[in-house]
Amino acid sequence: MTAGPKKLDARALRADFPIFLQEIHGKPLAYLDSANSSQKPRQVLDAMTAFYETSYANVHRAVHVLGERATAGLEGAREKVRAFLNAPDAREVIFVRNATEALNLVAYSWGGNNLGPGDAVVVTQLEHHSNFVPWQYIARRNGAAFVMLPLDEHDEVDFSGLDAIAQDHNVKVVATNLVSNSLGTIADLGPLVRWAHDLGAIFVCDAAQAAPHMRVDIQALDCDFLAISGHKMCGPSGIGALWGRGDLLRAMEPFMLGGHMINSVRYEKTTWGELPHKFEAGTSPIVEAVGLGAAVDYLEAAGLDAIEAYEHELAAYALGRLGEVPGITLYGPPAERRAGVVSFNLEGIHPHDVAQILDRQGVAIRAGHHCCQPLMHKLGVAATNRASFYLYTLPEEIDQLAEGLHTVRKVFA
Amino acid sequence: MNEFEQMYREVILDHYKNPRGHGVLEHADAEAEGQNPLCGDEVSIYVAFGEDGETIDEVKFSGRGCAISQAATSMLTEMVQGRSASEVAMLDKDELLAEIGIPLTPVRLKCAVLWLTTLKVALHKAKGTPLPDGLAGFDELELL
Repeated sequence: MTAGPKKLDARALRADFPIFLQEIHGKPLAYLDSANSSQKPRQVLDAMTAFYETSYANVHRAVHVLGERATAGLEGAREKVRAFLNAPDAREVIFVRNATEALNLVAYSWGGNNLGPGDAVVVTQLEHHSNFVPWQYIARRNGAAFVMLPLDEHDEVDFSGLDAIAQDHNVKVVATNLVSNSLGTIADLGPLVRWAHDLGAIFVCDAAQAAPHMRVDIQALDCDFLAISGHKMCGPSGIGALWGRGDLLRAMEPFMLGGHMINSVRYEKTTWGELPHKFEAGTSPIVEAVGLGAAVDYLEAAGLDAIEAYEHELAAYALGRLGEVPGITLYGPPAERRAGVVSFNLEGIHPHDVAQILDRQGVAIRAGHHCCQPLMHKLGVAATNRASFYLYTLPEEIDQLAEGLHTVRKVFA
Repeated sequence: MNEFEQMYREVILDHYKNPRGHGVLEHADAEAEGQNPLCGDEVSIYVAFGEDGETIDEVKFSGRGCAISQAATSMLTEMVQGRSASEVAMLDKDELLAEIGIPLTPVRLKCAVLWLTTLKVALHKAKGTPLPDGLAGFDELELL
């Protein structure tokens, strides 16, 4: 280990991101929508281009040298993701399109075959729809209960109902996020994981919003499944990963069927391939996986601890600056317990209008329900504005946002 | 402020702050609910017909949306008054967009026309008038 914590140099990192070379509406680009999707460093783009130009072929089946290079590229990326998440075995890392697909895979292949009447799936009111709707659907389809842990008056998950839930149901699945995409809340999952395991339930972790911003350690979390999306962590779109415990994955039915995922196919009977192939039907997103591997390298070089510390700083700064805007409501926990996400509303002004006027000032934020309608319902709003930060975000972008909000208020005065 | 005036004309802000036809019709002859899946806004539209059962006498809407959607709906309630259900069912969205009179990005275009669509769904349910293009067969659950 290196001596002393590494400090993040956002200004230096920002130079790696070609997107910032342009102006938007004649203004410098303040990209505060990284929780929606992150921008990509040249290192990732170059790795993908170089791979297409020198190493591209289909994987796993070609005998020729390009096929070997492509396979090495894909499997090398798998090993990088394994190490990034501290997973025990690279064969347990399944490449998928995104965290949504990863969570659907678990819901269908595990939930679809293990849930029945009397059983329950437990989620929280803070879930992204991707970790909510698939469980709601599979539970209903299989006659199992779907139970949502509500939020308390501080918009924190309320765990006071756990005993009653355990009494009423045979809890089979507990599924929740590590970092909330809407509020940025960093969850302390330890007690919930222990509760799930004491009941014999599996614990499914949606780490799509956590993996870009902090060290995610599968073995320390002690979860059973974990989902990430490449596009939120400097990687390309169209690639994500599911990690699952090997014994669970081996016992599961496949999710998608077709080429590559088989051991043998006869008219009478088809047998499934080994892990991870059983869950990777069809030609993989090969170059996207290579890009994800390059993104992992990039984040590791910057340092996950340094990224997390920097985002706490940005969150604290943003909460202070935005708190000065009259008529603002800020949602979510204190800065030290949140990733670089700040959701807010301006009194009497719809988020779409806020975001539109900010856009004219070069500021990109998200306005909407952030795929978290159960949370919006709790907050009593249809939508919020959300500014989100990453390792390339500069404090002056937050200044640009704060000034922009004053202009929004003038337009609607 | 000029560039923002272009985006949010005074008349739009006026309709936004003082929406015409905002409220509920207790004994509506036609009604429908609509959701904007992009921002989660929910609006209900209520229609009362005149004595001929065909001419739109009054339109009200409840729920709040962004300035564009609110202004568009407010303008719409004035625009369709006194027209027949079958005429409004075929109302070209461009007529509404001309009234709004500002350039809209693709996302905001949806904000502008969503409640026109909802109005057409209400008329469809009450009068069997045609559904708007693209909606037929897509939103069956909402229509039931």
